[in-house]
Amino acid sequence: MAEPAIETSSILPLRLESVSYEASGKRLIDGVTFDLRAGTRSVILGPNGAGKSLLLRLCHGLIRPSAGNVSWAAASGVAVPYRQAMVFQRPVLLRRSVAANVAYPLRLRRTPARERHARVEEALSRAGLSALAGRAARSLSGGEQQRLAIARAWVMRPEVLFLDEPTANLDPAAARAIESLIDGVHASGAKIVMTTHDLGQARRLADEILFLHRGHLLERADAATFFTKPKTAEASAFLKGDLSW
Amino acid sequence: MVKRRSFVAGVFLAAAVAFPSLAAERSIVVASTTSTENSGLFGSILPVFEAASGIRVKVVAVGTGQAIKLAKNGDADVLFVHHRPSEEIFVAEGYGVKRFEVMYNDFVLVGPKSDPAGVRGMTDAPAALARIAAAKATFASRGDDSGTHKKELGLWQAAKVDAVAASGQWYRETGSGMGATLNTAAGLGAYALADRGTWISFANKGDLEIMVEGDKRMFNPYGAILVNPAKHKHVKAAEGQAFIDWLVSDAGQKAIADYQLGGLQLFFPNAKKAGS
Amino acid sequence: MDDLAAAFGQAASLLLGFDAELIEIIGLSLRVSFMAVGLAALLGLPLGAAVALYRFPGRTLLGALLNAFMGLPPVVVGLVVYLMLSRAGPLGALGLLFTPGAMILAQCLLVLPIVAALSAQIVADLNEEYNEQLHSFAAGPLQRLATLVWDGRFSLMTAILAGFGRAIAEVGAVMIVGGNIAHSTRVMTTAIALETSKGNLALALGLGIVLIALALAVNFAALALRDAARPRYG
Repeated sequence: MAEPAIETSSILPLRLESVSYEASGKRLIDGVTFDLRAGTRSVILGPNGAGKSLLLRLCHGLIRPSAGNVSWAAASGVAVPYRQAMVFQRPVLLRRSVAANVAYPLRLRRTPARERHARVEEALSRAGLSALAGRAARSLSGGEQQRLAIARAWVMRPEVLFLDEPTANLDPAAARAIESLIDGVHASGAKIVMTTHDLGQARRLADEILFLHRGHLLERADAATFFTKPKTAEASAFLKGDLSW
Repeated sequence: MVKRRSFVAGVFLAAAVAFPSLAAERSIVVASTTSTENSGLFGSILPVFEAASGIRVKVVAVGTGQAIKLAKNGDADVLFVHHRPSEEIFVAEGYGVKRFEVMYNDFVLVGPKSDPAGVRGMTDAPAALARIAAAKATFASRGDDSGTHKKELGLWQAAKVDAVAASGQWYRETGSGMGATLNTAAGLGAYALADRGTWISFANKGDLEIMVEGDKRMFNPYGAILVNPAKHKHVKAAEGQAFIDWLVSDAGQKAIADYQLGGLQLFFPNAKKAGS
Repeated sequence: MDDLAAAFGQAASLLLGFDAELIEIIGLSLRVSFMAVGLAALLGLPLGAAVALYRFPGRTLLGALLNAFMGLPPVVVGLVVYLMLSRAGPLGALGLLFTPGAMILAQCLLVLPIVAALSAQIVADLNEEYNEQLHSFAAGPLQRLATLVWDGRFSLMTAILAGFGRAIAEVGAVMIVGGNIAHSTRVMTTAIALETSKGNLALALGLGIVLIALALAVNFAALALRDAARPRYG
């Protein structure tokens, strides 16, 4: 089976139209509309409980909206799920070696063995994990595990990489390593969409900000504008640290 | 994935080598009773037959009732049991070809040394049973529709005692084989009817000893019957009949007479001479 | 009890004496039970995983049946297999009755629900953990099943060992469909039953001790294998 990634037309932009999500009678995402274009690093920012992770999962297709539409620009016949990847706050590593974890998504896509080996090696080396290739994935430290999760996403050469609070559980040094890895993925041409509640990280990584508050998309602006001239009271309060509980 | 596939292949390979030669062996299945198997008779005489004929004899030792059922279903080639009335019905119904007398032993009534019913030394089996019933002394019955069980029920009938009505009180139906029933009798200090072969070879006698023996009504004849190939065409008629022919031949009869345990002969050959 | 002490002596002398007949019986016991458990694993792991992962009509009923059949009486399984394999039964033409093949079939049916039901639980638990990630990878239903069975292999081995324990220890089914034929279908448990019925209680118990030792050895070997592999992949 040929790999669908050979397809040249982009799946972006991703468009969300009046997307809402409800769970047990509560409206957790309420009427959100926006689109995500190729190239930029979009950071979904907001306090805890704003619905950032849900929004990311709606974009990635892990959950379906209760109302509204999530649509990709891809031509019909393009395997959209194979063109995107996601890194979770707590990496879910398979009970296999580091290298086998990176190889896994390529096996699912039936990438030929030779190409697979080459790509696994490259991804491991970019993530600085080559020396650990034979180790059990779940015996790595927290930072190494998250780097492995990113390498495993990268190896698929996704057009879009979603990251959900990728450094929330890490110490500052490990977090910096993750950030530079994310930069690397971006530099290789992937669209980055990530959530964070860490303002410093948002400042370092974001090209544009989507500010989410209690399920509503209150602001969308390029990073410089958002951080200097927030339009809403909630964003101002968040930037001042009043809402960052 | 490669590893997994080779694992599955390995399992199938193991299956293939585990039982390389299930076929291509001349053998017959004989449905017989626990008394012949447990007494060690088959262990003694079958090697003689197998060496002479090249036919392997596989003995399934169950109660007479179950043995007859197996034979009726065509799951055995030869029936070798000890309850003449059932055997004759088996032949009359067309399941068997012909019944051959092979040998006999006899039943003995065993009981605890203390002999609570006072039957030691009696030679009238039904009278002894009547005394046991009167004393309400514990009696362990096979209760499994075996040849021994049927014989025992016949003796109770002759004694005019409805023992089964006392089931659960002094009359205990074990619902199991001869050995298991003797184990129970030894444990309960109960009386029991046993075939002499199993009794002699039985190792866990405990407190039990022979109380009553020698009554003609405790005579225990064994018959061999070829399962009718007209009913079940897969029956190995030639091999099965060869086994029966050997049992009643001089060589077979001698092998049966030669089997001894502790210096005692267990089975007495009584095949009718050819033509007689 | 004299018999109890004698039993340990019997067990020791049986094992140390390399009694040819005992070796034959042990060999058949292991072959039959390994084959039965192997087959049950081959069928039961995917079946259990399917019950855990897929929605299909009758899924709840199947799960309940598997759980209920974990405690199936061996004698009942033996009887059913006997009736199937009897010359008078639907599969009589195979001529499998009173052969090791029939014993494997009976034990396989006995063990299958155990392996499948435990597998279903193990796979369901693991799926809980892997679900979003596998969804994100766009793994297909079969890929998901294969991944979870493979990654759950160390836990699933426990399910298989539970099945093996059941198979090697049961007597009711193999007695009926095997017939306890000397040098042909006699295994440890039917030999124990036979010696018990002969009143050779010490020998019977001695064989029982050998059987327990055997089951222990298999368990230890399997767990040692797992512990050797787990640090690398666990």
